[in-house]
Amino acid sequence: MTKTDLIEKVSLKTTDLTKKQTEIVVNMLFDSIKEALATGDKIEIRGFGSFRIRNRRNREGRNPKTGESVSVPGKRVPFFKAGKELKELVDGKMEV
Amino acid sequence: MKKADIANELYEKIGISKKEALDIVEMVLDTMKESLKNGETVKIAGFGNFVVRSKHERKGRNPKTGEEIGISPRRVVTFRPSHIFKQYVNGQNENAG
Repeated sequence: MTKTDLIEKVSLKTTDLTKKQTEIVVNMLFDSIKEALATGDKIEIRGFGSFRIRNRRNREGRNPKTGESVSVPGKRVPFFKAGKELKELVDGKMEV
Repeated sequence: MKKADIANELYEKIGISKKEALDIVEMVLDTMKESLKNGETVKIAGFGNFVVRSKHERKGRNPKTGEEIGISPRRVVTFRPSHIFKQYVNGQNENAG
């Protein structure tokens, strides 16, 4: 399912918003998660999961072609942890 | 930051009521959950992919007692952030890096 499919499905479920408005809401939802993480905040959505930043340390890597050692700088990576309800749903232990 | 904060932001930015904003966020999340429940990948351009992966049965250990236990096969959700998202949290814009 792509974002377009998601917008399509959601707009079929609601009569309150136009498809265009639904599209704006969907985009803003994901944008606000990105913004929160970029500012060091974390997001917790009950029943779905949480998004937070994980820090990767500097490390020594290797160029696989030449075998040459290179230093890989540390970085921040977005991390998602599925919530209990989502975990159980996906594992077939629960109905929506 | 919680779901209500997100709904609040939606309310401020596009002027739909808080109730409407909260309802629609709920609907979006439920739709994603249904898809994942069916084992389907959810791909959000510019954000990332939510993928269902099947894990084989394996042996684990109770870290407290050291006792060996079987971990049953299961399906789990993993999130793979897009390049754009990864660059964004590292303070680079979409064209950099």
